[in-house]
Amino acid sequence: MLIMLISGIQLLMPSPLHAQTKKVIADKNNAGLKLPPGFAALVVANNVNGARHLAVTKQGKIYVKLSGPDKNKNAIMLLTDANGDGKADSRKGFFQYGGTGIAIKNGYLYASSNEEVFRYKLDANGHIINMAKPEKIITGLKVGGEHESKSIALDNNGNIYVNVGAYSNSCQTEDRAKGSMGINPCPVLDSAGGIWMFKAAKLNQHNADGKRYATGLRNVVGLDWNTKTNTLFVMQHGRDQLHDIFPDMYTTQQSADLPAECMYELHEGSNCGWPYNYYDPYQKKNILSPEYGGDGKKEGDPKVQNPVMAFPAHLAPNGLLFYRGTMFPEKYWNGAFIAFHGSWNRAPEPQKGAFVAFVPFKNGKPSGDWEIFADDFAGDGGYTSPGKAKHRPCGLAQGPDGSLYVTDDQGGTVYRIVYNK
Amino acid sequence: MTRVALYIELFTINNFLSINSFYTRLKMIKGIFKKSVLACTLVMLSFTSLLAQNAKSSNAAAFKTSIQKGEILYKQYCLTCHQADGYGVPNMNPPLIKTNYVTGDKKKLIAWVLKGSGTTKLNIGGKTYQNKMAPQKNLKDEEVANILTFIRNAFGNKGTRVTIDDVKAFRAVNK
Repeated sequence: MLIMLISGIQLLMPSPLHAQTKKVIADKNNAGLKLPPGFAALVVANNVNGARHLAVTKQGKIYVKLSGPDKNKNAIMLLTDANGDGKADSRKGFFQYGGTGIAIKNGYLYASSNEEVFRYKLDANGHIINMAKPEKIITGLKVGGEHESKSIALDNNGNIYVNVGAYSNSCQTEDRAKGSMGINPCPVLDSAGGIWMFKAAKLNQHNADGKRYATGLRNVVGLDWNTKTNTLFVMQHGRDQLHDIFPDMYTTQQSADLPAECMYELHEGSNCGWPYNYYDPYQKKNILSPEYGGDGKKEGDPKVQNPVMAFPAHLAPNGLLFYRGTMFPEKYWNGAFIAFHGSWNRAPEPQKGAFVAFVPFKNGKPSGDWEIFADDFAGDGGYTSPGKAKHRPCGLAQGPDGSLYVTDDQGGTVYRIVYNK
Repeated sequence: MTRVALYIELFTINNFLSINSFYTRLKMIKGIFKKSVLACTLVMLSFTSLLAQNAKSSNAAAFKTSIQKGEILYKQYCLTCHQADGYGVPNMNPPLIKTNYVTGDKKKLIAWVLKGSGTTKLNIGGKTYQNKMAPQKNLKDEEVANILTFIRNAFGNKGTRVTIDDVKAFRAVNK
C-alpha cells in the first residue's frame, strides 16, 4: 500500500480548506483508465451504486445523484474528502427520490426525480442548510415509461432547463414493433421529446408554467450551459432499431451505424427533427424516418437543425461538460467533455463506447474532430454485452482545482482525473 | 413265453417310455412354449421399449431441433435487445437468465412474446427494466415455440420444451 502510494503520481494541489494534506494522489494504475500522457486518475469513492450525474462545490464537496434510493432510502450521496488526498473519507446520504439530474447554481443545489425538481440552499462551506426540507421548484413533469430521467442545466439569467425525454423510440403506432408506422403528428411532442425552460427560483411550477424551449429531441441525458456562447448544448440519444423495425430497408450493420449521436446548440424554438427525421453521419444530412415514409435516402425537413457535431451511433452520451478550468493543457480550455455510457443497440455488431470523449472548441464552435479522452471503463478489450461492462461513464463535473470528475452508474465508482504538470 | 413276455415287457417299457417321453415332450413343449412366451414377451417388451426409446430419441431430437431453430430466430428477432448472452441491458431490457419469467410457466412466457410488455415494467432481482417490448404477434406458432424452447435452454437455463400446440392453445383463448 505504501509502495503504491509512493509510486502513485503525486500532485501538488493547493486546497486552502484542508491544511493537513494537500496532495491528491493518483492511483497507481490510474484507476484502470487509459488517459492521454500527463493525465492521471484516482477512484474517489467506490460503491456509490447507480451514480448518475454529480455536482462539485467550490469547496470540493461532491454531491452524487443516484438512479434509485440506496438501502437507507437516500438518493443523493455527499462525498467529503477531509484530508485532501482526493479520496472520499466520509459519505452522507439524503433525498428520497431516485433520478439523474443534479447541479449547483447561485448557492443552491438542484436535484431532480423523474417527475420533479427540488433545490436546497447551501451554506458558505458547501453544506446543505436544511437537508430535511428541499424547495420544490417544478412538479408534474411527464413520465411516460421510457427515457424518464430529467437532466438539468442552469443559465446565468435565472432559468433552469429540463430534459423531458420522449416516451417512445420513434413515435410508432406500436412502439418498437416491426413495420409499425409513425403517428402524424406525433403526440409525444406536446409534453415530451424536448427541453423545457422554467424559472430557477420559482416554487411549484407545472408544465404549463414552463416553456417548451426546444423540440424534436428524442432523449437528452447530457446537457450543459456554455458560458462562452451563452447557449445550451445538448447531446441527443438517437433512435434505435432501424433494422429490427424495417429489416427490408436497413441491414444490421446499417442499423448499428445509424443514426449519429448528435450534439446540438439550442436556441429558443430549436427543432432537432425527432421523430420525423434522423441524422445520417455518412450522408451528412437529416433523413426522413422510415416510420414517416422514408427509405434511408429521402431527405428530411430542411427546417430541422443540423448538429454541431455527429458521433457514432448508439454510444449513449449521458454527460456533457464544457471545461472552464485551467488545470488541463490549453487545448482543453472551453472544450467539451462527453461521457458516453456505451451502446447496446449495435448488437449483433460489436458494442462501442463506455469512454469519455473530448471535442476542442474555439469561438464557441468545435475547432477539431472529437477524440477519446478517457477509455477502458468497461475493462480491457471493451465489452460485447452491456451488462458485463465493468464501469459505464455517466456524469461529469469539474472540481474547483480544474479536476474532471466522472461517475459510473454500473460499477458505482466516482473517478477524478487530474493533470500532472 | 420269454419272447412274449419280453415283447410285452418291451412293449410296456416302450409304451411306458413313449408315454414318459410324451410327458417329457409335453413338458418340453410347455417349457419351450413358456420360454417362447417369455421370449416373445421379452421381444415385445424390448420392441416396445425400443419404440419408446425411439419415441424418446425422436422427442429428444425434436427438442434439439427446436432449440437449434430457436437460436437462429433468436438472433433475428430478440438479440438486439436481450443481447447475444441473454444478459439484456441494465435498466432497459430485462435479462433472460436466472429468472422464472423464462424457465417457469410456459403460458406466461408465451403471453410476453405475443402480447408484449404493455405498460408492465419487470422487476428482476430488485432491478426494473424500462423499455417496452412490442407484441411479436406476427411470429408463427412454430417460431414462437422454437424461440421459447431455445431461451429456456440457453444461457445456462434448463427448461421444458414449448410446443407448437402450447402456442396454438394460447392463441385460441387469447385472440
